[in-house]
Amino acid sequence: MTEAAIRVRGLEKSYKELNVLRGVDFEVERGSIFALLGSNGAGKTTLVRILSTLLKADAGTASVHGFDVGAEAAEVRGSISLTGQFAAVDEVLTGRENLMLVAKLRHLADPGAVADGLLERFSLTEAGGRKAAGYSGGMRRRLDIAMSLIGNPPVIFLDEPTTGLDPQARIEVWQTVKELARNGTTVLLTTQYLDEAEHLADRIAILHKGTIIQNGTLEELKRLLPPAEIEYVEKQPSLEDVFLALVGERAEEAEEKEASR
Amino acid sequence: MTTHVLGDTGVLTGRSLRHILRSPDTIITTAVTPVALMLLFVYVLGGAISTGSGGSYINYMLPGILLITIASGIAYTAYRLFLDMQGGIFERFQSMPIARSSVLWAHVLTSLVANLTSVAVVVGVALLMGFRTGASLGAWLAVTGILVLFTLALTWLAVIAGLSAKTVDGASAFSYPLIFLPFISSAFVPTGTMPGPVAWFAENQPVTSIVNSIRALFAQQPVGNELWIALAWCLGLLVLAYAFAMAAYRRKIS
Repeated sequence: MTEAAIRVRGLEKSYKELNVLRGVDFEVERGSIFALLGSNGAGKTTLVRILSTLLKADAGTASVHGFDVGAEAAEVRGSISLTGQFAAVDEVLTGRENLMLVAKLRHLADPGAVADGLLERFSLTEAGGRKAAGYSGGMRRRLDIAMSLIGNPPVIFLDEPTTGLDPQARIEVWQTVKELARNGTTVLLTTQYLDEAEHLADRIAILHKGTIIQNGTLEELKRLLPPAEIEYVEKQPSLEDVFLALVGERAEEAEEKEASR
Repeated sequence: MTTHVLGDTGVLTGRSLRHILRSPDTIITTAVTPVALMLLFVYVLGGAISTGSGGSYINYMLPGILLITIASGIAYTAYRLFLDMQGGIFERFQSMPIARSSVLWAHVLTSLVANLTSVAVVVGVALLMGFRTGASLGAWLAVTGILVLFTLALTWLAVIAGLSAKTVDGASAFSYPLIFLPFISSAFVPTGTMPGPVAWFAENQPVTSIVNSIRALFAQQPVGNELWIALAWCLGLLVLAYAFAMAAYRRKIS
């Protein structure tokens, strides 16, 4: 099967006077990571909401995993998982209960075992029995993504998965995303961080004012600019390098402690 | 997907019931105001109120207090629904392969359980304060049935409010007039003592017929036509509120 995992043709959406999407076209290959890059208000979230059947398009077609998002919404929902911009976890429930809730809603045989497996995989085992309300931002995001993986949906949408995360939590999310793609999951992620797209994506599309203005691999996008000139610059560590070197692994322990208080 | 409606609703109802178990204050808070009103009316104002029925005043006013309990309890349903939509978990559910209506039904069933629990607490306090009835099991079941219908009707109103509210305050503000409605009815004083237009309103609004029916059932008196009027109000309101809630829901999710 060579059909694209996601296919979008001439998608349009407007809210009253505001044309958020004005004819969006792109395709995402199976098992690849596709980054949708754009500034705030470029229409990224609207596009993701249409693809995950939360919103209807005004014009154009979109199919996910071979199903039309309009006519076969139920089948689309059976093949996707959405991790929205704000961590969609139930704060009153514990981490483990959150995972079990999703496992039960996906009608899996042994929700408890599924939950324990994911807690382990996302290093949340210790926090699993505590209410999600007490989790740090990074832990909450990890739980959120873990909830999205239940049932192994072939297509995953991540809407700005690292917005508001500290550098360490960000790297953890990146590792998870790469691992997903290695196992054959198609990932569409939106981001406003250029380095995130550069780091993760097989293909990058730039969404600007409601249309895709460029779409290609990193190499192809780089070729759009005149060839690099050779300049000699003293290599300075970036603040991120310094921060990560100083904080190192200790930050994770601190985070656990912070949350257990 | 429809085959899973019951199972999905069950799972989601379990989730929101757990919310209530973890913050039982919502049940207590729901019961506190009616209990305070009951104390006020029985021990402060009640002595001066002549109901003309000869029975104890608490027997007279308990039905109205129960309706106030439910009217304030359903505000929490709107509140919980609103919070779900704010937090993003609503969108997670909507993007999952589950029966979409089960998200609403879970909140409705939770509302029913929570409100009946609050009602039971209030009835318990009323018994301590001297409420007595010789009602048969059948009469108790009839009272419960009326209260269930009333709760369902108001809960679907709460769903409309929860779905369309812009702020947390807006989500629960709609319940204030509902809480106030029993005061202009036969709940606390006979409508005959009110001036003409007020009495007319009081006699023809739903609370009066519901209160009179429950009162008659508790007092082992014939309920007569009032019961059918009460049921018609509850069912009519339920059907209307359900239709509008579903329309609001479809607008929300499409």
